[in-house]
Amino acid sequence: MILLSLANVAQSYGGKAVLHDLGFALQAGEIGCLLGPSGCGKTTALRLVAGFETLQRGEIAIGGETVAKSGFALPPEQRQVGLIFQDYALFPHLSVEANIGFGLGKLPRAEREHRIGDMLRLVGLTREARRYPHQLSGGQQQRVALARALAPKPRLLLMDEPFSNLDVELREKLSIEVRDILKHESITALLVTHDQHEAFAMADKIGVMHEGVIQQWDTPYALYHQPKSRFVADFIGQGVLLPGTVMGAHQVKIELGMIRGAASSEGESCLGFGLGADVEVLIRPDDIQHDDASPLQAEVERRAFRGAEFLYTLRLPSGARVLTQVPSHHDHAIGEKLGIRLDVDHVVAFRKRPAEAPPRQK
Amino acid sequence: MRLTPWLIVLPIALVTLIPVAVVVSSLADPDQEIWQHLWQFVLPELLVNTFWLVLGVGLGVTLLGVSLAWLTAACDYPGRRFFSWALLLPLALPAYVTAFVWLGLFDFTGPLPTWLRETWGFRAIPEVRSRGGVILVMSLALYPYVYLTARAAFQGQGRRLMEASQSLGLTRAQAFWRVALPMARPGIMAGLLLAIMETLADFGTVSVFNYNTFTTAIYKAWFSLFSLPAASQLASILIFFVFVVALLEYQLRAQRSYATSTRAAAAPTRIVLRGWRGWLAAGWSLKVFALAFILPMTQIALWSRNVFATDFDARYLEFAWHSLLLSGLGALLVGGLALALGYAQRLHPSGGLRLTARLATLGYAVPGAVLAVGIFIPIAWLDNQFIDRLGASSQILGGTLAVMLLAYAARFLAVSYGPVDSGLARISRSVDEAAQSLGVVGAKRLWRVHLPMLRVSLLTAAALTFVDIMKELPITLMTRPFGWDTLAVRVFEMTSEGEWERAALPALAIVLVGLLPVIFLLRHTKNDPALAC
Repeated sequence: MILLSLANVAQSYGGKAVLHDLGFALQAGEIGCLLGPSGCGKTTALRLVAGFETLQRGEIAIGGETVAKSGFALPPEQRQVGLIFQDYALFPHLSVEANIGFGLGKLPRAEREHRIGDMLRLVGLTREARRYPHQLSGGQQQRVALARALAPKPRLLLMDEPFSNLDVELREKLSIEVRDILKHESITALLVTHDQHEAFAMADKIGVMHEGVIQQWDTPYALYHQPKSRFVADFIGQGVLLPGTVMGAHQVKIELGMIRGAASSEGESCLGFGLGADVEVLIRPDDIQHDDASPLQAEVERRAFRGAEFLYTLRLPSGARVLTQVPSHHDHAIGEKLGIRLDVDHVVAFRKRPAEAPPRQK
Repeated sequence: MRLTPWLIVLPIALVTLIPVAVVVSSLADPDQEIWQHLWQFVLPELLVNTFWLVLGVGLGVTLLGVSLAWLTAACDYPGRRFFSWALLLPLALPAYVTAFVWLGLFDFTGPLPTWLRETWGFRAIPEVRSRGGVILVMSLALYPYVYLTARAAFQGQGRRLMEASQSLGLTRAQAFWRVALPMARPGIMAGLLLAIMETLADFGTVSVFNYNTFTTAIYKAWFSLFSLPAASQLASILIFFVFVVALLEYQLRAQRSYATSTRAAAAPTRIVLRGWRGWLAAGWSLKVFALAFILPMTQIALWSRNVFATDFDARYLEFAWHSLLLSGLGALLVGGLALALGYAQRLHPSGGLRLTARLATLGYAVPGAVLAVGIFIPIAWLDNQFIDRLGASSQILGGTLAVMLLAYAARFLAVSYGPVDSGLARISRSVDEAAQSLGVVGAKRLWRVHLPMLRVSLLTAAALTFVDIMKELPITLMTRPFGWDTLAVRVFEMTSEGEWERAALPALAIVLVGLLPVIFLLRHTKNDPALAC
């Protein structure tokens, strides 16, 4: 069952279009994510769903009920949508339990207490029930915000950069924790973030947004391995685009050898580009293996130590650069030659960029 | 455009704007005869007096305020901790109290000159009832404005900047002149301009000293010569000067935020003043504190004791009751208006509302004497309309508490609005949205979320307004119901008869009440739970 749907949503402020023709749907129980750099319109989309912005064009439905279309908007307080804010927006003058119970005003007292108790257990804050927000750590405040949003049993949970105020380690731990809680309670949720690690850790479906448009709405796996646009290829994960030539439906020849599992970004077969056409192929660091026996040699141009591995930037004989991840006991100095080998099962080929303006003068 | 917020903001703004407009319009419509008289006999003296007063007090408060702010904010010396808050206490003393104490003590017939003359044959004592005397007394009373803003500016600079300048080869003294002082300049100027506004608005001090300025001239024109047109003519000239200063202050305010650095700025490492330097700093702080606070406080306490037995009677309870009633009602009204003004903008943010709210709070710059005239004229007009058209037998509005409260609202709205506005600004918008998404909106949200979070701001606003009304002299004097005396009016009446001792008792009451919010402020600016998160 589709729980949240946006169709043809367009929004502009002061003559500047923020969203164009935005649309996606979220199944009940699914966790969706809008991922994109700041200014891409993802927060506006979230606030439209919540009802804090007035929709200009298109339609938004929650649980089959239209909550906004042009000329009509259900007020936020009637949408039964829970919200988690970037700054948590906890009420500083209320204790943890009073914060959680804030939206339960209509319940009889006993039921309210019961629900607060359930929520405290769910987020593991039973002992902190009587504390005040400023006495809690960042992670605990985040969990109070979650409990407060979930307490009135919203149809949908919206999260605006929920982990951006936490340090990196806590962010990862908490995003997994929150995902478990949401899955356990079968909550449908929509998350907005600029951090792809957060998106990958939390979401079932991710929409990569750029300049007010969803470039691709897909699973994290598909976004990484089958990006449909250059922007997605570039924004998600690391990698480089290497020039190649189409040799068959799924064959593309590049400097490092023949790739047999190539798919087109515009369809399945690469023949759409034309046999012998020039294309660009996305090569991820995990597509290149270090192999001392390989005849193919590349020169180390830069190296970044990552603890368990090195990320080397290698220069191929043609001058093109690729990235590779190598276990960190393979310690090579800059300028050294490294044997490499292509190890891919599927890659994506893009139409070669039309000739651009000449590179700027040196 | 939404109508509701305007229905709230516009009437509040009109309370200030109508009196100002009334006064300004009399500038556009001068009465030839009055104008000629003023120009010949009154204005030259007023202009010269005002010029020297503003210049002198400006220099005085800058010297006192900046030096003390730098010492307490950036240096360490014996007693620094104590002085850093004690030097604020003179805020609680109305300038006219300091003034009559000084006159009582140092006037020719006062105890100190008499003693010097009779015991030591010392005759060359400078006359205190002089231009220099007024400037000295007002500087001592008003320096805390500069002290407060300059100190905040110095503290906001933090440690890093001084360290950076020193790492670039400057000595600490050079760093002060080349970095700290220029950076603090907007803060210092802001305090200075506030002090100058207070100087222009002052009525009590100059009347104690018989030093003629616009405010005293307005009073005399109205209540001695019974010429309201002359009074409003004078008021319109004064308001012109005031707006020049207010405009400067307003422009500065935009820049001030630029100069203050981030909250993360580390506390400054203090320059430790050792040996004689330390004692010099302590001596300077003590001297200012003693002259501005201890001396007047002690003296009014002693005088109060002398006259307590003969003077304290049922009338005093009535003065005090009138003062408390007025201040209490005024604080409630003004606090409520400030909240309405701030909240209307929060719910419906718009540039037009913001501007109107700014105009509404302009009254802080308008001297009480001017406002009194500006309120009285339209009220009198309204009363006449009632009498003429509705057959009212006498004036309905004039001389009622309601008119006084309106005048207070116009004058002190900014005092309340400041804390309320910054309190609201500290509450993140997402808090409003969180409450709304949980189904709590409208009055319920105000009651359950905003009011509790604004508690300290509202208390601050009410306390500051309460004390300001308690001290206020010209509005109270000129718009009160006939024979309706307050403590401040009593002080004025006693001092105008030269009865210093008998003025001390009501003054003591005003000062003691005035100390409460100063102490409250000192305590609450540190640990406010609503700000911790």
